[in-house]
Amino acid sequence: MANMSLEKNKMPEQDPIVRSANYKEVALGYTPEMAMDEARRCLNCKNQPCVSGCPVNVRIPEFLSLVAEGKFLEAAAVVKSTNSLPAICGRVCPQETQCEALCVRGKKGEPVGIGRIERFVADYQMEHGAEKPEVAPPNGHKVAIVGSGPAGLTCAGDLAKLGYDVTIFEALHTPGGVLVYGIPEFRLPKALVRKEIATVEALGVKIVSDMVIGKCITLDELMQEQGFEAVFVGSGAGLPNFQKIPGENLIGVYSANEFLTRINLMKAYDFPNHDTPIQVGRTVAVVGGGNVAMDAARCAKRMGAENVYIVYRRSDKELPARAEEVHHAKEEGIIFRLLTNPTRIIGDEQGRVKAMEVVEMELGEPDASGRRRPVKKAGSEYILDVQTVVIAIGNSPNPLIKSTTPGLECESWGGIVADEETGRTSREGVYAGGDAVTGAATVILAMGAGKKAAQAIDKYIKGKR
Amino acid sequence: MFPIVKKRVLNPTVTYMEILAPHIAKKALPGQFIMLRIDENGERIPLTIAGYDREAGTVTIIFQKVGYTTYTLDTLNEGDRLLDFVGPLGIASEFEGMKNVCVVGGGLGVAIAYPQAKALHDLGATVDFIVGFKTKDLIILEDEFANACTNLIVMTDDGSNGHQGFVTAALQEQMEAGAGYDTVIAIGPLVMMKAVAEMTRPYGIRTIVSMNSVMVDGTGMCGCCRLTVGGVTKFACVDGPDFDGHQVDFDEAMARARMYHAEEAESMKKHECRLTGGIR
Repeated sequence: MANMSLEKNKMPEQDPIVRSANYKEVALGYTPEMAMDEARRCLNCKNQPCVSGCPVNVRIPEFLSLVAEGKFLEAAAVVKSTNSLPAICGRVCPQETQCEALCVRGKKGEPVGIGRIERFVADYQMEHGAEKPEVAPPNGHKVAIVGSGPAGLTCAGDLAKLGYDVTIFEALHTPGGVLVYGIPEFRLPKALVRKEIATVEALGVKIVSDMVIGKCITLDELMQEQGFEAVFVGSGAGLPNFQKIPGENLIGVYSANEFLTRINLMKAYDFPNHDTPIQVGRTVAVVGGGNVAMDAARCAKRMGAENVYIVYRRSDKELPARAEEVHHAKEEGIIFRLLTNPTRIIGDEQGRVKAMEVVEMELGEPDASGRRRPVKKAGSEYILDVQTVVIAIGNSPNPLIKSTTPGLECESWGGIVADEETGRTSREGVYAGGDAVTGAATVILAMGAGKKAAQAIDKYIKGKR
Repeated sequence: MFPIVKKRVLNPTVTYMEILAPHIAKKALPGQFIMLRIDENGERIPLTIAGYDREAGTVTIIFQKVGYTTYTLDTLNEGDRLLDFVGPLGIASEFEGMKNVCVVGGGLGVAIAYPQAKALHDLGATVDFIVGFKTKDLIILEDEFANACTNLIVMTDDGSNGHQGFVTAALQEQMEAGAGYDTVIAIGPLVMMKAVAEMTRPYGIRTIVSMNSVMVDGTGMCGCCRLTVGGVTKFACVDGPDFDGHQVDFDEAMARARMYHAEEAESMKKHECRLTGGIR
């Protein structure tokens, strides 16, 4: 008999006041009892709407019924058969707009906490499982992957399982891409990312760090000189966008990428034990309303800022961040200045930020994205006293590969043109996916693209013979 | 890991190192840079490539001890290894159409201007190479410099080598004497590059500067190295490091270069601690 409670089992969390001063994980995870109880809320629907909502098609009812029976390792195996990074997805996927959005239980009450249970089984397997992954015998074909973020890791893992000789090239010194430089420790512990990457390496995937494809080696050299028969480009959303308002180059204005990279990858919160510095003022304004903006704001709080503002030009309803992240940010005392947009940043005589002028906005007619367009309220400008500004309004793809790969077709805004179903680009043997193609999106969409590309690459290489 | 295969102390503050990194040596060109990280807790710093030996697979870096990382780098010796060494990054210098060039190097810039002078000289251009030092005892690489140009002018701030003045004074003298340069390349401290750009502006001489901004990743991802060129924001790491000196907003660049001075001072205390047997 299913558990007919209308509410999800609550996720145990660190107290907001305590956690806003530490970098430990906020959500603490289900106990086995909670996971089993939550899994019993699944009705095992015949048509399984949840599965079609998952970009990597995890067989959700199947793994939930195993969890309900307490067969956690078996459940993990089911998840892992289609999702190579479940501990990460269980934490950062926007389940509320994917699998859980389609859950029948959600029609009356809350949907099944699929993400929380996925996280539980992945963590359980890391702790208790020791099975060796199944790998096909080597087939002698070499594939190169550019970028070790979620798209690249997924593509690499899937190809390695099929017997390919896979090498990932990573530009930074540590693999993981946005999972290590972008998403903060308190949302996604780095030790866990390392473990997930180790499981991909256990499949035989080689990872070469400090290698900037397009600079150190070009795509053509990989294919012509190093014998790679196909390349998957998952180089991510590289270049940070700025607002193009006066004062953006003042000292104390950071792109979210720089702010988060200094803190997460370079561990500037531990300066001077770690050598990379960062400056966080008493009052910080983060411009933008996505998950990255929430991450930056919550990091600023943990760096000791007294007041942290989210400055976003639309209203609460349009915030692109996950509801859970907004909720967590509010709990931690982040102040939301909605329907507000910066007009200029003001510096002192040393060129350091001392204030930001903002203007109130109101929502007008819907724009091309279907959202109501924010319009300035004339004469409503006012000054916010801030010492640090973080611009979190998105990224554009990195130009290094585009500019050094002749014949690789790109959109005018920089994204690589790739077929949605296969990741195929305008260059034979070159596939692409993730943020490099779509612009900044989610971990799971990148993984979905990596997965489809792996299948297409397999088909392409087999078809060549 | 990247072994240090050769180390020479050029003067009390400037050190020369050759690092074994064949894949970088194979592709490096004048004007490009590398990012390095010494150890696990280290910061990533950019250094201009000062030379390369494609056969030996080595890349030369020349650095001045200015902060914690460069002081620590200087404590390493031949046989020691750097944890990370990435490159070549940035766009290589463009020498097309340059026939009569003055290369100006000030401060550490003398070392990193050397590959530019040499490349131009090898291409057959007439190259005046003006370098400046505080005093005679700090002059480095004089023979190498002499072989990389048509005419070497060595200036000292105190005149101890017989040629007193800043590099800009020498440049002014050359231009007034009708040197007729088609291009001036200035590499060194921001204040020097700014002065050179101001000096050549009335002559309308194309002036190229190499911007050594603060960087984190060096691949375009963070935007820390941004600067204003002709009113537009550019990233030194992927759009440069060479820019039109007449278009660069040097005042802004100088402010941004001072960003972490307080933190540098704090780090240096840690360095003194380390040298005197303190922690880490």
